[in-house]
Amino acid sequence: MSTLTYVEALREGMVLEMRRDPKVFLAGEDVGLFGGCFGQTQGMFAEFGPERVVDTPISETAIIGLGTGAAAAGLRPIVELMFIDFVGVAMDELFNQAAKMRYMFGGKAKVPFVARMPAGAGFSAAAQHSQSLEAWLAHIPGIKVVMPYSPADAKGLMISSIRDDNPVVYIETKTLYGLKGEVPEGEYLTPIGKAAVVREGSDVSLISWGAMVGTCLTAAEQLSKSGKEAEVVDLKTIVPFDLETVLNSVKKTGRAVIVHEAVRTAGFGAEVAAELAEKGFDSLNAPIVRVTAPNTPVPFSPPLEKEYIPSAEKVVKAALGLF
Amino acid sequence: MDIGKEQLIGIFDKMLRIRAFEQKAKELFAGQKIPGFVHLYAGEEAVAAGVCANLTVKDYITSTHRGHGHLIAKGGRLNEMMAELFGKSGGYCKGKGGSMHIADVELGILGANGIVGAGQPIAAGAAFASKYLKTDAVTVCFFGDGASNRGTFHESLNLASAFKLPVIFVCENNQYGISNHQSTAMNILDISDRAKSYGIPGLTVDGNDPLAVFEAAKEAVDRARKGDGPSLLECKTWRHHGHFEGDSSFYKKPEDQTAWLSKDPIPRFEKKLIELGILDGPKVAALHAEVDKELAEAIDFAERSPYPAVSELLTDVLA
Repeated sequence: MSTLTYVEALREGMVLEMRRDPKVFLAGEDVGLFGGCFGQTQGMFAEFGPERVVDTPISETAIIGLGTGAAAAGLRPIVELMFIDFVGVAMDELFNQAAKMRYMFGGKAKVPFVARMPAGAGFSAAAQHSQSLEAWLAHIPGIKVVMPYSPADAKGLMISSIRDDNPVVYIETKTLYGLKGEVPEGEYLTPIGKAAVVREGSDVSLISWGAMVGTCLTAAEQLSKSGKEAEVVDLKTIVPFDLETVLNSVKKTGRAVIVHEAVRTAGFGAEVAAELAEKGFDSLNAPIVRVTAPNTPVPFSPPLEKEYIPSAEKVVKAALGLF
Repeated sequence: MDIGKEQLIGIFDKMLRIRAFEQKAKELFAGQKIPGFVHLYAGEEAVAAGVCANLTVKDYITSTHRGHGHLIAKGGRLNEMMAELFGKSGGYCKGKGGSMHIADVELGILGANGIVGAGQPIAAGAAFASKYLKTDAVTVCFFGDGASNRGTFHESLNLASAFKLPVIFVCENNQYGISNHQSTAMNILDISDRAKSYGIPGLTVDGNDPLAVFEAAKEAVDRARKGDGPSLLECKTWRHHGHFEGDSSFYKKPEDQTAWLSKDPIPRFEKKLIELGILDGPKVAALHAEVDKELAEAIDFAERSPYPAVSELLTDVLA
């Protein structure tokens, strides 16, 4: 084990795979000499050179297309969109091309690439640089979507994503980049499609992913002071979603609060809630509730943005409302 | 001319094969054997056949919604193509793709495509892979005049040029984006002029002359194989039928249709090959007979192939 930040951990995942497999390369805007907008790729240009750490033009469409075409032709690309907000520019390449190739071609194509997309609010980066768009991507059959919270999973899911034979959208949460945690050394894989209980509790399940897992852990400590023990479930992977872990938790607690930073309407929380209602209804002692951002663009001004992002206090209030 | 007799016959044979396939597709669509959409390539055969004569199985192509010709020219097998058009399990995609999504990655065919201009960035990606792996494979990206107005065109040509990727962008200018004539969609006559913006060679040729296409494509392919980067080749041509089956092409002027039909690439090339002493009447008839036989077999194969089991609905989503 070593103590790494989230950004160091996800970088270590990329570096280890690039050392192991010459077919892995990284391409994106300012990933080379500059080292990534948030320093995610620092040192990689020096180690692997411009042929494997490729600075691209500002052409998101061509970047996702590059990943798709190179993957179909035998490489294992990692491509980066500087912000997940830019995926709209490259959506056709992702949802009509990469995601559908395998199915449309009758299973005779393999498109193994990772599209890294930094997401989330918290920096006053305003409406076009702060969104959480995992639900958009989850709606498209044919791609996997992962969204790690812990530094260990930032590394473990990176390695698993690179080795996966499908297009994987790896959503890295910007506010987590500086989060420190214990990270296993060397080859470490977090399985795609497995959630985890990151805090055990008996009274209410707080189900979340990305940065909101941290918010839920804080809320759980506060709830404990009120005499309610919360279980915190970190989904880790959005697609495929590990319903079983969620059902098992709710079976134990009888109450579910789903927390995400994305806007409320048609957020992935709606999917979790629907599955839970269909398959776990008998376990529930209270309605399923969601704590989410409101249905607004992400605001710029700090007090507005603070209000936009779900807080531990809001999670506590929602949870206590179920008793 | 740097082309042998066998290669000339090969190009002619591909053109016959494409035309016959499209004629049968037209009839079978009308007879409701083929569901969905069918976009026929008839009239444009010289482009696919002339370009692909420069390629080997290791090279890649990306194709379009009007893709049957490209696939046949790159070596696609008629049986599996026809079965795919029928939506049958013996098709290239087990019936899951249909006319607009036929692919054969083993043959370097990275797919027809239902989205106009979508092959361009994928072609750049495949060419990136060949350069990265230091093979001498090239990628040919086929697209139409309409697709040259997509943002994908700009991003892909720019990136391919900046990275010196071994890719040849082949614009089949049939002058219409469905009903819209080129003159309503752009303010230039030659799409190859756009190459200048990317610092790459751009050339316009008669797309109904397979030899002109072959030679221009050869130069571009050689350039790409040598590592000198991409080219843009515009082939002026004409689709004989509507945008898709069911479109009467009322928007085309009858005199234009007549003029272009008189430039039909197949009789034109046949005449040339006979003049060159490469073919004669009986040889042409023998080629036709072989193509007809193979197509009859392909239709029989498609007819006899079962539809996919309904359980197939859920497979092949993820690897």
